[in-house]
Amino acid sequence: MTGPVLDVSNLQVTFRARGRSVTALRDVSFTLHPGKTLALVGESGSGKSVSSLAIMGLLPKNGAVAGGEIRYRRPDGKVSDLTTLPEREMRKLRGSSIAMIFQEPMSLLNPLFTIGDQIGEMLLLHDPLDAQARRKRVLEMLELVEIPAAASRLDNYPHELSGGMRQRVMIALALVCNPTLLIADEPTTALDVTIQAQILDLMRRLQKEMGMSILFITHDMGVVAEVADDVAVMYAGAIVEQAAVDTLFARPSHPYTRGLLGSIPMPGRPEGERLVPIPGTVPPLHAMPPGCAFAPRCKRADHACEHPVTLSELGQGHRIACFHPVSQEVEHV
Amino acid sequence: MARYIFKRLIGMMIVIFIVLTIAFIIVRLAPGDPAALMLGPDASAEDAAALRQQLGLDRPIMVQYLSFVGNALQGNLGESLFFNQPVTQVLAGRAEPTIFLSLFSLLIALVIATPIGIYAAYRRGSFLDQAAITTAMLAASIPSFWTGLMLQRYLATDLGWFPVSGYGGPDTGFLERMRYLLLPSIVLGIVNSALILRFTRASMLDILGEDYIRTARSKGMGERRVVLRHALKNAAIPIITVVGLTFALLVSGAVVTERVFNIPGMGNLVVSAVLRRDYPVIQGALIVVASLYVLINLLTDLLYLVVDKRVKY
Repeated sequence: MTGPVLDVSNLQVTFRARGRSVTALRDVSFTLHPGKTLALVGESGSGKSVSSLAIMGLLPKNGAVAGGEIRYRRPDGKVSDLTTLPEREMRKLRGSSIAMIFQEPMSLLNPLFTIGDQIGEMLLLHDPLDAQARRKRVLEMLELVEIPAAASRLDNYPHELSGGMRQRVMIALALVCNPTLLIADEPTTALDVTIQAQILDLMRRLQKEMGMSILFITHDMGVVAEVADDVAVMYAGAIVEQAAVDTLFARPSHPYTRGLLGSIPMPGRPEGERLVPIPGTVPPLHAMPPGCAFAPRCKRADHACEHPVTLSELGQGHRIACFHPVSQEVEHV
Repeated sequence: MARYIFKRLIGMMIVIFIVLTIAFIIVRLAPGDPAALMLGPDASAEDAAALRQQLGLDRPIMVQYLSFVGNALQGNLGESLFFNQPVTQVLAGRAEPTIFLSLFSLLIALVIATPIGIYAAYRRGSFLDQAAITTAMLAASIPSFWTGLMLQRYLATDLGWFPVSGYGGPDTGFLERMRYLLLPSIVLGIVNSALILRFTRASMLDILGEDYIRTARSKGMGERRVVLRHALKNAAIPIITVVGLTFALLVSGAVVTERVFNIPGMGNLVVSAVLRRDYPVIQGALIVVASLYVLINLLTDLLYLVVDKRVKY
């Protein structure tokens, strides 16, 4: 396969709220290559989830794509701009070749339908199989995501499964139509750490087996290190740093990225080293500073940061939006 | 499940027994001597005493109570003082119009309320949503006798689409009798649709914000399927509850509407019985209505089980 599976360029998303229009995504661009995982990282409100919903065409009613393109390469090689695709066409892609896993395994399965029903519905919508073949395929999927005694689980309701099991069901549901692009929005956030590791392992294995690309949305740098090939760090609706995962962890150059890395425990850190939280909070969307959005929280900020800042290339695909990048290497990774 | 139903049936019997007792007490607390009333103002004291004896009203209250309960348990609710017929027979004669009136009204209420409620929730804040809520408020606040009179005036008298009132004569066929129920059913349907509409809307609003609705959309299905399959089923429980209660209320007799349309139903019967101090009929109606209430409640609870497998009893 040639070319990226997903190529988002200059994506703008705005929301209307109480008569005002606020910009939730500003000039977001990233590419995702076949079989790779791109992690979108950031705090709550940074625009990670909005990006994923924009790709799925599932923005809330008061939100809209105001500019930019989302070019998606279909399994047949044809490239479409998802921002202009009619809803009917989009519906065919949604679930079949672009699938999504959400956070909150407790609430994302419909409580009144059986597991088998809910996974089967995906096939019903996209894949003409008879009832028996459908059930067989659903069973295969449940086995693939390592649900024990899968056959007996088909007729279970979501409330009869644990959180980890439900997230496995969710993965089975997302992958049953062999998507080429999987959007995983904080798929492990609500799970226990041990379950989290199992789910990440499972996703990696399935990615290898099925050759899909994953857009992995998380706020957890530890998870990023586990799963990602490339990373885009988002802050207040824009990407502030973008690099291959090794580069990013070796030379985090944006003060915000450094802040994120400094605020979580990592293996290899000297014992007794203190974790440093980032002071302050993300500015609200309707009160964005005119220049760098991170400036009010940044120790390195000065007058230059009051001007708009754009991404610039540091080399080898490492791009950063900062007037005062941090240059020294991180000693301990 | 069977155990649950058994337990509920036991509970039902206890409730009905309590109702029997209350019915017995309330009726005897009311002022007025039924014997004197039945015989009219010209009757002598001896005649009244004789009638009281015949009716058993002169016996000690505990004896009256025990024989009342004993008879009720055998399905004998006594004789109507006015009709000189067994109470059960009197009630049975009035059951048909009331039951069909209730069913039609509920059906009309549902046909009006559910689609509008669903649509209003789906298009929350839109003009149609606002209009639906306002209309529902109006429908609920206008007294049913006014709606009834207006519909009688315009749809029945002027346009002649429906019979004005009554329930036909003794030779009127079943379908013709049902035709008499249409207009009152529309009145009750409109009045009762308001509550169901509001419940449907509120419940749908809750559900449409749920994560699994987003999951459903992410599967690539149309909005119709999202709303009608994934959301509506989840929104059903509060709707079932209010529909059950509405039905129970309707069955116990829509007094005003039955009066306006002169329908010989339970509501009309109870009002007349009260005015005539027809104790056995009042008691009987109370017992039958209370039993229906309890029964409808049980059916509603059982319906929850069918809809939602998480419900455990």
